[in-house]
Amino acid sequence: MTAVTSALGSADGGSSNAAAKRFIRRNGWVLTLWALLGAMFVFTKIIQPDYGMAAATILVLAALPYAFATAGQSMAIIAGGIDLSMAAMMTLLSVSAAALMEGQGEEFGIVAVALVLLLGLGVGAVNGLSVVITRVPDIVVTLAFFFIWEGAALMILDSPGGAASTWLKDLIIGSVGADFIPTEISKFLPKALILLVVALGVVWIPLRRSKLGLSMYAIGSDKLAAHRSGVAVSRTKVASYAFAGLFAAMGGLVLTMNTGIGTPVQGPYLMASVAAAVLGGVALTGGRGGLVGPIVAVFILRLARQDLTLMSVDPNVAQVVEGLIMVAVVLVGATVALRGRRS
Amino acid sequence: MRAPLVPPHDTPPAVPRHETLTTPTPPADSPTGELILEATGVVKTYGAVTALRDASLAVRPGEVHALLGANGAGKSTLVKILTGAIHPDAGRILVRGTERQVHSPAEARKNGLISVYQEPALIPDLDVRANLRLTDTPVELFLDWVARLGVDRLGLNDMVGDLPLAILRIMDLARALALEPDVVLLDEMTAALPADLAENVLKTVGEQRESGRSVIFISHRLLEVNALCDRATVLRDGETVGVVDMGPGAEEQIVELMLGPSTDDEQDIHARVAVTTDDLEPAGVPRLSLRNLAAGTKLEDVSFELHAGEVLGLIALEGQGQDELFGILSGARHPSAGTLAIDGEEVSFRHPADAIDKGLVYVPGDRVEALLPQRSVRENIALPYNARLRRWGPIRMGREKGMVDTAIERLQIDTRSAGEVQRLSGGNQQKVTIARWIAGGVDTLLCFDPTRGIDIRTKRQIYHLLRELADAGSAVLLYTSELEEVQLACDRAVVIFGGKVVDTFPAEIADEPTLMRAAYGLSRETAEVGI
Repeated sequence: MTAVTSALGSADGGSSNAAAKRFIRRNGWVLTLWALLGAMFVFTKIIQPDYGMAAATILVLAALPYAFATAGQSMAIIAGGIDLSMAAMMTLLSVSAAALMEGQGEEFGIVAVALVLLLGLGVGAVNGLSVVITRVPDIVVTLAFFFIWEGAALMILDSPGGAASTWLKDLIIGSVGADFIPTEISKFLPKALILLVVALGVVWIPLRRSKLGLSMYAIGSDKLAAHRSGVAVSRTKVASYAFAGLFAAMGGLVLTMNTGIGTPVQGPYLMASVAAAVLGGVALTGGRGGLVGPIVAVFILRLARQDLTLMSVDPNVAQVVEGLIMVAVVLVGATVALRGRRS
Repeated sequence: MRAPLVPPHDTPPAVPRHETLTTPTPPADSPTGELILEATGVVKTYGAVTALRDASLAVRPGEVHALLGANGAGKSTLVKILTGAIHPDAGRILVRGTERQVHSPAEARKNGLISVYQEPALIPDLDVRANLRLTDTPVELFLDWVARLGVDRLGLNDMVGDLPLAILRIMDLARALALEPDVVLLDEMTAALPADLAENVLKTVGEQRESGRSVIFISHRLLEVNALCDRATVLRDGETVGVVDMGPGAEEQIVELMLGPSTDDEQDIHARVAVTTDDLEPAGVPRLSLRNLAAGTKLEDVSFELHAGEVLGLIALEGQGQDELFGILSGARHPSAGTLAIDGEEVSFRHPADAIDKGLVYVPGDRVEALLPQRSVRENIALPYNARLRRWGPIRMGREKGMVDTAIERLQIDTRSAGEVQRLSGGNQQKVTIARWIAGGVDTLLCFDPTRGIDIRTKRQIYHLLRELADAGSAVLLYTSELEEVQLACDRAVVIFGGKVVDTFPAEIADEPTLMRAAYGLSRETAEVGI
C-alpha cells in the first residue's frame, strides 16, 4: 500500500483526521521503514562523523541495480508470481545494451536504450506467457528461464565487453547540475537518485492508478474472485511479468551505465530482490504491498552493508548480520501488524 | 408471502411440464415473449464421469427462476457453463434467441448475465472502491443498492478483507445489481445471511421482475424458493427432470422430482427423528455446563447445560455471540468471564487439543477450516485419531482402515471420485468433517451450522447421524441457521440474542415462528399473544 493508494483512497474520505488515521494505518509499515532508514543514517553519522553526501551518493549508486531488480520482483510477486530469472534477465539486457552500443555513435545510445527497454518487456512477457500457457508453477518456469537467459547472455557476449554512450554513463554520476538550482540544494540531489525516482515513477504511478494495476493486485490477492469479477487473469499475469522485465531492463542498463561495459555474469540481485520486496511489505502470497516500501528496504539493506564495512566487520560476518537484521525487522513488523489487527 | 407473478389474464394453464417451456408468459415489456436465456441439451463429461447428461433451462424476461437439484445433480456444472467458466461438450446456449459461445465470466457479463457466487467475488486486498473500479461498477448505484439491501455504514475505503462474510455477500449482490444485468444468477444467496438481511435480499430479488429483469435463484431452502420464485427447473443426475410452476404444494412436487422414484425410505426420517423427543427431561450431572460465559464484545452472559444423550439446538441471528461461544468450547479462545464444566468438573482450555482431550469435538461450519483438501478421504477421517496418539511414531494402518471404512459406510460418503477431499461435493465434504470424529468415538459433538448449503438428502443423513450419536450416549450441541432443524433433529433449543440466553424450548413447541420471535429478542409471552 503505497502513498499513491492512500492519496487516491482519501480523496473524498470524510474528515481529514480520519483520512490521516487511515493513511497511517494503511502505510504503517512503509512509514516504519522510512523511520528505520532515518535512524540508520543517524547511526551512520555517529559511527562515522565525516559521513556526507559523497558517501551517500555512492550508496545510491550501489543501490541502483538492486532497486530496479526489487521493483521488477515486486511486480511479479504482487500479481501472485515470483521471478527467479530476475538477475539473469538483468545480465542479458545489460550485455545486450553494451553490445548494441559498441562502436556506435553517441546518438545511437537513445535507440539502444529504447531497444533494450522493449527487449525487457519482451523477455518478461516470454516468462509470463510460459507460466500462463504451461500452467507450471511460476517458481519452476522462471527458474528454467534463469538458465535460459543466462545462456543467452553468454551467447551475446562470452566475456566482459561492449561499450556505453558517454552521456548515458554521465546520467548517474555526480549531482544534478542545473543553473536554476543553487548548489546548496543540488548537492543533495545525486543524479542516480533522480534517475531512480523518475524511472520508477513514470512506470509505477500511472500503472498503480490504472485498471491494469488494480487487476494485478486482484489476481495476486484472489485469482478466482478476480476471474469471476471479469478480470482477464492470464493477460494480467503476462503483463505483470512484462513489467518485471521492463524494470529488469532498467536494472541492466544501470549496470552497463555504471561499468561502461556488459558483463555476462549474474550479480547477487535475485535473492536481494526477493528479500527487499518482502522486507518492503510485499506479501509473498501476492496482492499486497507497493513499490515505495521495497525501494526503501533496498536502501536499508545497502546502508546496513555500508555501516558494517565502516565498522570494519569481516565481510563474511557482515553477511550473517545482514540476514539477521532482515529476520528481526520482518519479525517486528509482523508483531506490530498482529497487534494492530487485534486492537 | 407470494408476490403476484403473472398478469391474471394469461396465467398459464396446467400443462405437462416440458410444454411450459414452449408457452412462455409474455410480460408487458417483452411483446415477442422470447426467452431471455435458454440452454438446451447441455452435456458435459469429465473423463468417465458424466456431470450433465441432458440439461436444459429456459428463463423468461422478468421472472425469478429457481434452479434446483440435490448435490451432484449437476447444478453447479450448469451454472459454470452458463457463466463461461467451463465449456459444454454439446448443447446450445441462446441469449435473447441468438446462439452464443460464452468463454469467460467477462463474456457472460457482456451478454448480460452476472453471477453472485457463494464465495463473494471480491478482492480481499483491495478496498471497496477499488473493487468497484475493477468491474466498472457505478459507485452511486452500488451504494444505492447496498442501502436498499439494508447495510448502512459501509465505507468505500474499507478493506474488503476486513469485512464480515454477510456484508461481502450483500456487496457482491449490490455490485451485480448496479450493473443492471438482464439475468442475475444467485447461488445460495441467503445462506450465511442473518434473517433480516436475507429478507431484504428476497424482497429486492422479487422486485427485479418489475423492471423486466430475470433472476436465476439457486437455494436449498424450498420454502424460500416457493415464496419467491415463479418457476423452478429441477435437475437430477445431470438431467432436467421437470419445470415446476410455483404455488401451494410445489415443494412436495420439487422434492419428489429431486429425489426421484422410490424415496419411501427417506421420507419417514422426519417421523423417526421426532420419536426420540419425548424422552424424559435430562437429569443428573450434565456433560457440559456453562455458567455466565462472556467473551469479547458480543458474548455477554450465557449459561446452559448439555446432557449426554441429547441434541441441543442453539439458535441465534448472525453475530449474537455464537462464534465466540463455539470458540470457547472448542478451546480456540478464552472466556473473559464465567466458567465451563465438563461432567461437573471445571475446566480451562489453552489449546484446541485440550478440548479434544476432554472429548469436546468441534465441527466448523466452514468445511475448509476443518479439512485438508488435498489429502485423501481416508487421511482426513483418520487425522484426529492419529493426532490423538500424541506421538510421531508409525500409524497402525490396519486399525485405521477398519475405522475409516466403518465411518464411510455409516455416513454413506460417496467416494467414487475418491482421492482428494477437495474433489468431493460440499455435502460429502461436510460428512467427512463429521465422520472423522465418529471414527474414533465422540463424547460431545459441537456442530456449527453443519447443513449450510447442502442438499436435503444429505441434511437428513446428518440429522439422522446426530440422533444416532445422541442415542448412543453422546451429547450434541447443534448451532443452526435453519430454524426448522430444531424440530427435525433436536430435543431442546436454546435461543441466544444479544450475547445472552433469552429462552429455552422443548422441541415440541419450538416451531419456526416461536424460534424466530425469540431469536429477535421478543419474549415468549409476546410470542404466545402473537400466535
